[in-house]
Amino acid sequence: MDKIPILRMGAFLLVTIQVDLYDRLALNLESDLVQMVSKTDAKGVLIDISAVSIVDSFMGRIIGNIANMSRILDAETVVVGMQPAVAITLVELGLPLKGVHTALDVEKGMNLLRSKMQVLEEEEEDLNDEDDNIPV
Amino acid sequence: MIISLSKDVVAITKEQDVILFRNRVKEFAQKIKMGLVNQTKLITAASELVRNMLRYADGGQITIEVVSKGRENGIRLVFKDSGPGISDIQLAMKDGFSIGKSLGLGLPGAKRLVNDFSIASEAGKGTVVTIIKWVNG
Ligand SMILES: Nc1ncnc2c1ncn2[C@@H]1O[C@H](COP(=O)(O)OP(=O)(O)O)[C@@H](O)[C@H]1O
Ligand SMILES: [Mg+2]
Repeated sequence: MDKIPILRMGAFLLVTIQVDLYDRLALNLESDLVQMVSKTDAKGVLIDISAVSIVDSFMGRIIGNIANMSRILDAETVVVGMQPAVAITLVELGLPLKGVHTALDVEKGMNLLRSKMQVLEEEEEDLNDEDDNIPV
Repeated sequence: MIISLSKDVVAITKEQDVILFRNRVKEFAQKIKMGLVNQTKLITAASELVRNMLRYADGGQITIEVVSKGRENGIRLVFKDSGPGISDIQLAMKDGFSIGKSLGLGLPGAKRLVNDFSIASEAGKGTVVTIIKWVNG
C-alpha cells in the first residue's frame, strides 16, 4: 500500500501531499504523523498541499485533527501552499481550519514556525526572570 | 428549459472510485471551459456527496451531464443511491448535523458551492441529490 513520506527537517516534520488522497491514505497519514511528532519530539509540522486541487470536509477534518493532536504534543501545524481556488472553496464550504496556520510556501512556513518557537522561549525566560525576582 | 447535451454514468462501489469520478467531473467541466474556481467548487461539492453515498448508502450511481439553459452551459450531477434514505432532510441540511463523528458540512456546504441543489429521499428506498454548476455561476 502507498504511504506518504514524512521528512524530518531539524525540529520540524514536512509532509508533501502529491496526490489527491483517498480516505484510507489520509487516515494513515494522520496516525503516522502524530506518532512521528511524539517519537521525534518535533516542534512543528508543515503540510505542503500545493499539489492538492480539492480539500473537502473529510480532508479538512484530517488536517484539523493533525493540528489538534500535534498541539497536545507541543507542536504547531502550518499548512503550506494552499491554492487560491481551494482557499475560496473552503470558506464557502464553511470549514474554518481552526488552529491551523497557513503560509505561502515551505520556507515561509518554516520561518513562521521558528518565530513561534522564539516567542515560546522568550516567554519561558520571562517566567524564569520572574522567579528570580521573588523576594526571599 | 434545461437541455442535456452529453452524458456519462459512473458507478460508485468503493473508495478508489471517488478519485476516478472526480477526474471525470473535471474533464467535463474543462470541456465547457469552466473556470478554475467554479471547477474547484463543483468538484468539492461532488466529493462531499459521493462520500455520503459511500458512507451511508454503500455506494450508488452518478450521472454526469453537460446541460444548457439559454446561452449558459453547466454541469449537472445526479447522485442516486438505494441506501437507508434520510428521514429528516431539514435536519440533515443543517450545518454541523451528523449522525457520525464527522463535521456535518457535506450537504449544507455542497448546497452553498453550487447554483442549484435539490434532494429527494425516502426512508428505506434511497436518496437522490441533484446539483448544477453553471460555467459563469
Ligand atoms: N446518501 C445518504 N443516505 C443516507 N443518509 C445520508 C446520505 N447523505 C447524508 N445523509 C445523512 O445526512 C447527515 C448529514 O450529512 P453531511 O451534511 O454530509 O454531514 P456528515 O457526512 O459529516 O455527517 C449524515 O450524517 C447522514 O445521516
Ligand atoms: Mg458528509
